[in-house]
Amino acid sequence: MSLIKVTIDNIEVEVEAGTTILNAARQIGGSVVPPAMCYYSKLEGSGGYCRTCLVKVAQGSAKDPRPMPKLVPSCRTTVQDGMVVQNITSPEVMENRRAITEFLLINHPLDCPVCDQAGECHLQDLSYAHGLDETQTVEERRTFEPIDIGDKIKLNMNRCILCYRCVKVADQITDHRVHGVLGRGDHSEISTHILKAIDNDFSGNMIDVCPVGALTDKTFRFKSRVWFTKPFDAHRECPTCSGKTAIWMKGEEILRVTGRKDKYGEVEEFICNDCRFNHKEIKDWIVEGPRTIERHSVISQNHYQK
Amino acid sequence: MAKQILLNNIEVPGLAGFEVYRRLGGYSAVEKALKNFTPDQVTEEVKKSGLKGRGGAGFPAGMKWGFIDKKNETRYFVCNYDESEPGTFKDRFLGQMNPHLLIEGMILGSYALGARSSYIYIRGELFYVLKILEKAIDEAYLNGFLGENIKGSGYSLDLYVHPGAGAYICGEETALLESLEGKRGNPRIKPPFPAIVGLYGCPTVVNNVETIAALPWIMNNGGEAYAAIGIGNSKGTKLISACGHINKPGVYEIELGLPVEEFIYSDEYCGGIRNGNKLKAVVAGGSSVPILPAHLILKTAKGEPRLMSYESLAEGGFETGTMLGSGGFIVMDDTTCIVKNLLTFSRFYHHESCGQCSPCREGTGWIEKILTRIENGQGTMKDIDLLVNIARHVEGNTICPLGDAAAWPVASAIRHFREEFEEHVKLQRCPLSK
Ligand SMILES: Cc1cc2nc3c(=O)[nH]c(=O)nc-3n(C[C@H](O)[C@H](O)[C@H](O)COP(=O)(O)O)c2cc1C
Ligand code: SF4
Ligand code: SF4
Ligand code: FES
Repeated sequence: MSLIKVTIDNIEVEVEAGTTILNAARQIGGSVVPPAMCYYSKLEGSGGYCRTCLVKVAQGSAKDPRPMPKLVPSCRTTVQDGMVVQNITSPEVMENRRAITEFLLINHPLDCPVCDQAGECHLQDLSYAHGLDETQTVEERRTFEPIDIGDKIKLNMNRCILCYRCVKVADQITDHRVHGVLGRGDHSEISTHILKAIDNDFSGNMIDVCPVGALTDKTFRFKSRVWFTKPFDAHRECPTCSGKTAIWMKGEEILRVTGRKDKYGEVEEFICNDCRFNHKEIKDWIVEGPRTIERHSVISQNHYQK
Repeated sequence: MAKQILLNNIEVPGLAGFEVYRRLGGYSAVEKALKNFTPDQVTEEVKKSGLKGRGGAGFPAGMKWGFIDKKNETRYFVCNYDESEPGTFKDRFLGQMNPHLLIEGMILGSYALGARSSYIYIRGELFYVLKILEKAIDEAYLNGFLGENIKGSGYSLDLYVHPGAGAYICGEETALLESLEGKRGNPRIKPPFPAIVGLYGCPTVVNNVETIAALPWIMNNGGEAYAAIGIGNSKGTKLISACGHINKPGVYEIELGLPVEEFIYSDEYCGGIRNGNKLKAVVAGGSSVPILPAHLILKTAKGEPRLMSYESLAEGGFETGTMLGSGGFIVMDDTTCIVKNLLTFSRFYHHESCGQCSPCREGTGWIEKILTRIENGQGTMKDIDLLVNIARHVEGNTICPLGDAAAWPVASAIRHFREEFEEHVKLQRCPLSK
């Protein structure tokens, strides 16, 4: 495979042809990595929706050095040899990212104090990094009633940012998608056609991919703030999935089981519902050791052990 | 009398039937093409004609056909009959009155592109036009212009009409293809473009009704003859659906290059402003294009007469110009409240946003809410700047051009009529409503 050169915020990196700008930036790491609220490397066709990852292409390629006329979603734009990209070095990118953060917040309930995602929420991180100090909206927010979709999953649509990740999980790793987006515009909603219809060995992964607190684990709800629990890598013999999970402990108690998330909040592997929901006893697991969380979350950084 | 290409027989009784259409020379273009032209030669004529897409973006039709990936055996030709842009009602009229012209154009385009199955995707609300088209398609099959081995040429084509469920977004060509495939009508992220990956993953060309209806004339008379009509790079004729405060609203066929002033005031076209009122503003190409005040629609900023052409309407960029767009010509006299008109447009875009990408999904709703407050006398001066900012951050940052279409009317209305917004805020009511 031939390598091609791309420069992001003045840092040069060599990547395989076909790599997206976002993934090239992830190879560099650190602050040049654009925030990605809808892209998920383990889900095909994800990305392109939230627009938080927009960057400026100052030079298209060595062959055709013209800049691209608009900001482009870095998660859906492949690099060309000699491409020059500006992320945090472009005031235009930073201005638009701030605006997009605001767009994502104008209909968001800002109910972090009662949300189970608080502490590991990507929207919290994003607004901390790019939000405005004061709100410009006096408008009423859209509201939906929280509903159960399946007996283990709660949907709080008010918090959803319509990233489509859960839809892609259902499309790609469960054998039968029974939920999707209904309606359109700012009143579209994630929904099942029939209430409580989600019943599938892998449906729980929707919770892990959700960047906000729209989909939460009913077996964990309100038991504890995330930052009072400690994650450990653990595994068990599982006939359905690899059995490699993260268990979240408070004292001797397992409060929650999730996939093992990396620094971008993406699970290394999807896990099955049996591991996630039905094994909350310490004897069910072989504990490997504490899990280091590299994510720089607003709230998590003070609490997670490094 | 101006040149008529699309509407020349429109008043002949029974034109929608095969007999009358054929008697007037219909389907001769198909016979000519299948007998004497290779598919590539048909494309060549269209390139020579300089015909631009009439759906709004004005992309040269022949060039678009040239992008199609011919390595793939299965290719599709699709007609965009979703016509839902406020102010635009030309396609509805044309297809309803002269369905065979569209069918003949579909056969020509399909032949040129090598499509074996072609589709007319029609807006759900136009169910009566769908009925007319289906009847005409049956007649074309009966008379050997559709189906197996058309007129012994060896070329076969099936043509289908497919109704949408009434969503403006399904007029965006990739949302249209999704909908045609039976999926939710969300625009696709491009690239890839439909010419490479289109319907069912195969190379596809999507064209507007009016673009396709121009093909028979081009085939009969040659691309050069078509290119001789019009002005500059605006070749041929254009249907304009004129509405609003004029004496004679309706669908007109104009030769591109007609002065705007003549179009508004002459009796051949709009017949002037109703009740002898003063012209205040015009939205020249469907609700999404920038609104222009009277002095800038009649003359460019340089003082030259503004013409009905792609170039002249765009003269001055968005600062002082606009776009020909789809040809939806909305005329407003001095009784019109610009804020209220903008609110109406913005409500539409909010309602029609598919909701996939955050700037458009959230921005359109926010814009509508702010405008509602201003129109109702609850706005602040800060709101006006906020609107400008929201529009600026939606524009260019979205998956499909609906975001731009929602942003441009806001930006242009405030650019040209800022005092009117300020007056709403100062008086805390709409100065024009009693
Ligand atoms: C939101 C939106 C709505 C559109 N609606 C229509 C439509 O109703 N009819 C149409 O022909 N083109 C429509 N278009 C333009 C199409 O995407 C496409 O450019 C056009 O069908 C191409 O045909 P043409 O090249 O012959 O104009 C729309 C575009 C957008 C972004
Ligand atoms: S529920 Fe969560 S994962 Fe699904 S679309 Fe909404 S934010 Fe994305
Ligand atoms: S710009 Fe609007 S209509 Fe177009 S894809 Fe985005 S949300 Fe949908
Ligand atoms: S992460 Fe790229 S658009 Fe959402």
